[in-house]
Amino acid sequence: MVVKQISVFVENSEGKVKKAINEISKEGINIRALSIADGTEFGILRLIVTDNEKTKKTLQNEGFIVKESEVIVIGIPDEPNGLNSLLEILEGENINLEYVYAFANNKTDEAVVVIKVENYEKAKKLLESNNANLFDEKDIANL
Amino acid sequence: MECMDPEERKELQLERLKKVVKLAYDKVPFYHKKFDEIGLKVEDIQSLEDIQKIPFTTKDDLRAAYPFEMVAVPPEEIEEIHASSGTTGTATVTCYTKEDIDIWAEISARAIGMAEGEKRDKIQNCYGYGLFTGGFGIDHGARKFGAAVIPMSSGNTKRQLEIMRDFKPAILTCTPSYAMYLGEALEEEGYGPEDIHLKTGIFGAEMWTEEMRKRIEEKLGIKALNIYGLTEIIGPGVSNECLERNGMHIQEDHFYPEIIDPNTLEVLEDGKRGELVLTCLTKTGMPILRFRTRDVTSLVHGKCECGRTTVRMTRITGRTDDMMKIRGVMVFPSQIERGLLKVSKASPNYQIHVTRPDTLDELEIKVEITPEIFSDEMKALDQMKYKIAKSISKEIGLRVDVTLVEPGSLPRSEGKAVRVIDERNFK
Repeated sequence: MVVKQISVFVENSEGKVKKAINEISKEGINIRALSIADGTEFGILRLIVTDNEKTKKTLQNEGFIVKESEVIVIGIPDEPNGLNSLLEILEGENINLEYVYAFANNKTDEAVVVIKVENYEKAKKLLESNNANLFDEKDIANL
Repeated sequence: MECMDPEERKELQLERLKKVVKLAYDKVPFYHKKFDEIGLKVEDIQSLEDIQKIPFTTKDDLRAAYPFEMVAVPPEEIEEIHASSGTTGTATVTCYTKEDIDIWAEISARAIGMAEGEKRDKIQNCYGYGLFTGGFGIDHGARKFGAAVIPMSSGNTKRQLEIMRDFKPAILTCTPSYAMYLGEALEEEGYGPEDIHLKTGIFGAEMWTEEMRKRIEEKLGIKALNIYGLTEIIGPGVSNECLERNGMHIQEDHFYPEIIDPNTLEVLEDGKRGELVLTCLTKTGMPILRFRTRDVTSLVHGKCECGRTTVRMTRITGRTDDMMKIRGVMVFPSQIERGLLKVSKASPNYQIHVTRPDTLDELEIKVEITPEIFSDEMKALDQMKYKIAKSISKEIGLRVDVTLVEPGSLPRSEGKAVRVIDERNFK
């Protein structure tokens, strides 16, 4: 059930993100979701991919610093207020969000949200008990 | 000598200083010329403070005198010759008379005494035997002391460990990094401190830290003592730590130490950190006056817990060659490294950028990110930057900016990291 996101340290200079993505695509790895957190000097490229091990290895071989972390990937109704109902559940239990990114899924009428929380286990249990549509690796591969 | 009344010692030092100044002026053309150039007479040296009238001798002066221009005695009186490795330029050569070797043996024997040596002890000497002064310096000292020397020289770790277990030496002498390596190799072979009989180690010839001392002491089950010396002066034993491990006792009856500001060349007061300058008071083969060692330390006067009254020098914290002066404060790459190491054990690669955008120096430390300090959260990375900056600030006493950069992005020259980039324009 655990979905792991790959994070990559990228300097804020021309072509750095492109280089990372190039290396991954050369290996035939599909990126399912992507977001960039940008600071003043560097950014963090966050990726949900089809093959974590291969992605890690490829990027590390190219000298990138890579980290794998547990995130929650969840399907929500692709309609106004869809995200809010999810956030309300977490807020009700005082679970802090570290970051969120989302994208619309063309194949279904759901939107997909990736969230990183402070307390992963607690958040997962809470969402499960609320019958939330948590994605696993297989779901991600089918996106 | 080591516990004598400091006032009496000063008298002895002055008497010896006058003698050596005369010898240098009379017998070494380099000093003769230098004295004449500034109109300095041998008789002008009437107090220890008068030493400040004498010009400095630098490493370059000694290089220019290669190989034997500084020798003050006829060739038949020279008994032994050593030389520095010459890795940073022409080698510097030191020639010893019989009396010089006796002095060297004496100070080295004192170092063995400080390391709890007894006549029945065996000393495993893994300093290199050869032109390098390490091996022979300890060797001479061990003989003078009356202990047995095992002349291992450096290298062949397996054999070193075998001898260490079988011959049961009580004292180990080598570089601190080799001591560390021996400790690790011992562990790898499935042995520990209980399988050897070392009680102390005398380690020197390179810079090391308190953290390293702790680790060596644990791995080998010993007290690790710091020894200091340099070929230009005599070799190892110019100063050595006693069991208190609180600064190295300088053998003041043979060497007169001063601390100077490397920029203004003024002599600094007690306790101030600066460049160590040494004068050989008793050497006759090659008398050296006011040699600029480039080593940065400070002097501590006063009686030590061990009873010795000789002045102590603190651990060498850097070389004036890589010293930076930032907002008037002396800063060394080694301090920055220490600050970094306190945050990340993996010792990330780093580079120091000094700029002066307006009238004030700015210090930026670029740190190559490692898996250990990377996080997927911006907040955590910002906190890490802050933590590193704070840790470095604590070491150097100045505010710094830390920038995290990609691994491998900092330039290296011939495989060696370029540590300092000073972009200040002093024109």
